[in-house]
Amino acid sequence: MYPDDFYYSKDHEWAQVKDDTATVGITDFAQKQLGDVVYVELPKVGTTLEFHQSLGVVESVKAVSDIYSPLSGEVIAVNEELNGSPELINEDSHGKGWIIRLKIKDKSETEKLMSAAEYEKFLEGIED
Amino acid sequence: MIREPLIFELSAKGKRAFAFPKLDVPANEETIKNLATRKEIEGFPEVSEVEVVRHFTRLSQTNHCVDIGFYPLGSCTMKYNPKINEKVASSPEFLSTHPLAPPEFVQGNLEILKKTEGILAEITGMEAFTLQPSAGAQGELVGMMLIRAYHQEQGNPRKFVLIPDSAHGTNPSSAHICGYQVKEIKSNDKGTIDTEDLAQNMTEEVAALMVTNPNTLGIFENDIKKITQIVHDQGGFVYMDGANMNALTGICRPGDMEVDVIHLNLHKTFSTPHGGGGPGAGPVGVNRKLEPYLPIPVIVKKEERWSLDFNRPQSIGRVRSFFGNFLVVVKALSYVLSLGPEGLQEISEIAVLNSNYIRKSLEQDFHLKYQTPTLHECVFSDKFQREQGIQNIDIAKRLIDFGLHPPTMSFPLIVYGALMIEPTETESKRDLDLFIEAMKQIAKEAKEKPEILKSAPHQSYVRRLDETTAARKPVLRWAAPQSQEGKKE
Repeated sequence: MYPDDFYYSKDHEWAQVKDDTATVGITDFAQKQLGDVVYVELPKVGTTLEFHQSLGVVESVKAVSDIYSPLSGEVIAVNEELNGSPELINEDSHGKGWIIRLKIKDKSETEKLMSAAEYEKFLEGIED
Repeated sequence: MIREPLIFELSAKGKRAFAFPKLDVPANEETIKNLATRKEIEGFPEVSEVEVVRHFTRLSQTNHCVDIGFYPLGSCTMKYNPKINEKVASSPEFLSTHPLAPPEFVQGNLEILKKTEGILAEITGMEAFTLQPSAGAQGELVGMMLIRAYHQEQGNPRKFVLIPDSAHGTNPSSAHICGYQVKEIKSNDKGTIDTEDLAQNMTEEVAALMVTNPNTLGIFENDIKKITQIVHDQGGFVYMDGANMNALTGICRPGDMEVDVIHLNLHKTFSTPHGGGGPGAGPVGVNRKLEPYLPIPVIVKKEERWSLDFNRPQSIGRVRSFFGNFLVVVKALSYVLSLGPEGLQEISEIAVLNSNYIRKSLEQDFHLKYQTPTLHECVFSDKFQREQGIQNIDIAKRLIDFGLHPPTMSFPLIVYGALMIEPTETESKRDLDLFIEAMKQIAKEAKEKPEILKSAPHQSYVRRLDETTAARKPVLRWAAPQSQEGKKE
């Protein structure tokens, strides 16, 4: 379920790191909790994000939630397709439902994130 | 059931409600041209009087409202609105007051406003009130503007506002609109503010803490004195969202908890109409420190006469035309005076009792995440029902079939699948029992025939709506179908 080459945050974002860029999205758990996503507010390309800074907002039929940047860096691309098709987050949260691409500022921050195995364990401990 | 057409669909060319008598003087085209005549509105429905009356009467009959039945919408305090309030507010003396009348002509109205300010201050333990804000969210914004004005005058408006994850949903928005960045404070496992997390985040860059007490779980913040102390030690203010004041009136006062600023919802705690029956009113109360910043004008007594004081240099200015929603204030005053101090205490006691009766009656059937005692509302979740594939929305929709309004859903976010129930004090034991029985039957149906829930409601005017498509692809305007008649024209 959770790709091995991703990093995961406690706020249920994922980051796929390739060289000095990271693709960021929300996890399958997050999309299931949110329910049908109806709108995604994306940042502008060029925005600088701190670690754990809000990068945008995801709105579902149930709730409006901040998306936090799992790493610090500069936004180099956003998934424009989400503007017309927010359902991509429900359909393929780890793939076509990606949200932004970052130029990573400090790669050592990945140490604060979880591996897939750690994240799955983390999910087991969440009580609802 | 027959679907009521839209009023546009009832329209036919040339139909009208009124026929004017024939002009019996020579028409003066010049005069008419110079008058402020309105242009024709394209597509405006043309219908007869009886069609308009029947259309809107039929629509009104499909509504649920507090005059029809139980309305346990959590944190909204949908209590019954006593008719005496309407009678008082309908007096011609109030209805006919011109909002621009000079103070010497409206001494009685000014006295009503001043008296209401004083009563609200007494109930909450605050120094002074403004009645201008016309809704809770506007009250929140005004409260934050007062705090900002104070900090600004000290030379630094500060950067952050702290908001617990159990606060009302509008709080972050109000802080944001006021130019602050919001930091979330976590709840502990009791469902109250984690004071360690608060202390860590409370710095001299924090302008205020916005706290809802009791919070959206219905839990009273027992550490409120410690909380206000932590915030004050760093020079911050404590803003209290008073939307849940129905749990506290006549029992304890935010002012005594060292709260600096509070808004009340007259359309919740003080029984004025809510929702479509509004408008609302969100008066803001402050302590002495923030009093100079209140909106202008302030009503003052000079030589035995009421007058308006505009000369308040520290004021944030006007936030609403005239005196806010004056008639709403009249209704609230009527409510308070008809209850008296003992009555006000009793509403909170019964509101808390009713909520706890429901909580106790349903705790075997629905999951309760937090075991901490609750006041006027309680938050269940759909956790027990999820095994059968039932979500909170299915439970909520099924309640409609019992003639009951569903509770607030999916909020607060710290309870996944939340059902937030606030019965208020105006419900009889019989009505509470009907709700409890319906909920128990729904819990049973979830186990035995979940399909009934998934396709509910079955008895209502409209069936289950596709909320996802409505949000993703909203249709905001009616478009005329290309009818045969239309083509001929």
